[in-house]
Amino acid sequence: MTLQEGAVLADAVTAPKSRRRGRIGRTSWILPSYTTLALVFLLIPIVYTIVFSFNNSIKSNISWRGFTLDKWLNVCSAQNVCQAFGNSLLIGGVATVVATTLGTMIAIALVRYRFRFRAAISLLLFLPMATPEVVLGSGLASEFLGAGVEPGLLTIMIAHIMFCISFVVVTVKARVSSLDPALEEAGRDLYGSPGQVFLRITFPLLLPGIIAAALLSFALSFDDFIITYFNSGSVQTFPTFVYVSAARGIPAEANVIASAVFFIAIVIVITQQLAAAVRRRRLARTA
Amino acid sequence: MAGAFAEAGADLELVDLHKRFPGFTAIEEMNLVIPAGSFFALLGPSGCGKTTTLRLVAGLEEATSGRILIGGKDVTETKPYQRPVNTVFQSYALFPHMSVIDNVAFGLRRRGISDAKGKSHEALALVELDHLSARRPAQLSGGQQQRVALARAIVNRPALLLLDEPLGALDLKLRRQMQLELKSIQDEVGLTFLHVTHDQEEAMTMADTVAVMNKGRIEQLGAPEMLYELPRTAFVANFLGQSNLFTGPVSGTTATSIAVDVEGTRIVVPKARAERHTGTVTVGVRPEKLTLHTEAPEVDSSRNLLGPGRVIDVSFSGVSTQYILAVPGAGTVTVFAQNMGVGPLVADGAEVWVSWSVDHGFGLEDEAPPAPRFDADTDTATIAVQKKRALMSELEEA
Repeated sequence: MTLQEGAVLADAVTAPKSRRRGRIGRTSWILPSYTTLALVFLLIPIVYTIVFSFNNSIKSNISWRGFTLDKWLNVCSAQNVCQAFGNSLLIGGVATVVATTLGTMIAIALVRYRFRFRAAISLLLFLPMATPEVVLGSGLASEFLGAGVEPGLLTIMIAHIMFCISFVVVTVKARVSSLDPALEEAGRDLYGSPGQVFLRITFPLLLPGIIAAALLSFALSFDDFIITYFNSGSVQTFPTFVYVSAARGIPAEANVIASAVFFIAIVIVITQQLAAAVRRRRLARTA
Repeated sequence: MAGAFAEAGADLELVDLHKRFPGFTAIEEMNLVIPAGSFFALLGPSGCGKTTTLRLVAGLEEATSGRILIGGKDVTETKPYQRPVNTVFQSYALFPHMSVIDNVAFGLRRRGISDAKGKSHEALALVELDHLSARRPAQLSGGQQQRVALARAIVNRPALLLLDEPLGALDLKLRRQMQLELKSIQDEVGLTFLHVTHDQEEAMTMADTVAVMNKGRIEQLGAPEMLYELPRTAFVANFLGQSNLFTGPVSGTTATSIAVDVEGTRIVVPKARAERHTGTVTVGVRPEKLTLHTEAPEVDSSRNLLGPGRVIDVSFSGVSTQYILAVPGAGTVTVFAQNMGVGPLVADGAEVWVSWSVDHGFGLEDEAPPAPRFDADTDTATIAVQKKRALMSELEEA
């Protein structure tokens, strides 16, 4: 899970947290030091990746050979890096849009309607999350082989949509079940046709959950390796590119892209927090 | 139909309305006419079918059979958004993602009515909340939210306004205030109000006509005073205020009255106030009509006398004191006495007699339920177990 999806999920799912602050005593230095150590441990690989994106490497990017901005300015100069990155974006985008749309519809249906096999479907939707990725990936690969589908962009997209749907359903379902049915009834009572009620009441109220689900889908799709590896054929995504090139030495351009993704995620999270703070202050002022 | 503004309220007519849910019948058979411009209350305990009735009228549920007519037009088959009806929901159901003014203007905008904003401000002014129009519902107090919900409904000038226990979530003082406010708004706008509530006091103070519902049927319908003075069934007698009920065979009849023999005590009720004049009859009297005596009084034929009995409980409630008496043969009798002096009239354990004017008694159509639902010494855990068993067997049948 990336930082970004964690923060989004925490925002979407948890209730407003009650903040209780205990006072730290003079003797209790254990917790702060432990926390610092844990953070250092967690952040070292990221710092390493970022630092080596500025390495003036020639072939392999293992030893430090001096600072340069060349790799940042000419990201696409290394072979296939940008193509793999582009593929990842394309697959992530398509998988997100399709999985979010289908998953949202499934979530609404599961909460709002009573039909045969409803409980069974709820349960089955958990399976892709519970099954080891190796099993899913190899299973899908043999399915595609059996059906005579050439592995490529399309098969990767289908695979990603499949596992993303489960996460979308789970995320959006929580939101749908917390939605008071009386709100939609009020909409219908106030002369809203079913389409208008969905567009003006149901959808805006579900939107935070849907956005969280979409970000989660994109993040899952973007850094999936195992399932992709089984179903990609000759197509490379960013994770498979990094894996394959690891044998010959990962080019510093890959570090650049990884660092950029990290920074973008951080910027998104900070912007979101700031926007939330501004919104809270504005509400407090009008109250 | 939904496109135009109603100039005034319309009649509501329910014809042979039935509603069955899987496993139980919510509404047995409902025939009801609510005249235009009236304030009508459906009163009953939870689960009696009153909210289902409201939802059927709003179009949020489909009737199993029967017809619903609004202003003479059959709307049974139409969708909720096609009916000239608006609802104030129990939970208010204000749209949390819209400002107060957008909430109020929602209905007008859906119908494409011009100057939705101006009309909404007027409606908000009517409930004295126009100064808060830019706020979100979450920033309002419960009473304010309730008024926004009311404004959001009446701004559409529905032929019929449905109120689903809209005051239930408010505290007592605010509720009284909102009751008066609702009543005056109804006078002002002249719409037909159909109000669903389980609060008998609320129904009696607000409505012109009250229908008491029980188990999917209307038990009795009439003006509040009439229902209180002359309840027709044991359910109405006990749901609308309290009653002392006595059951026994009719032992004598005159041209104007019947006498019931309750374990040796003669209780006389005017014929005009009794539903049945022969056989075993349940008669009753309201607790505040009773007079307490500490000595056996001399009474003439215009009064009924019970006693001697013993005071088993005295509870003081400010304006009045409630005495509970155990009268041999007649069971427990409740008396309300105004606190005109200082301190209780009689103490716990005292020997007393009660009397009341024959004209204050009433005779019921049915008999009082023979025993309370639970034994007096049953604890709540046992009741819960019994309830659960009853529910399980009900579910198995379904």
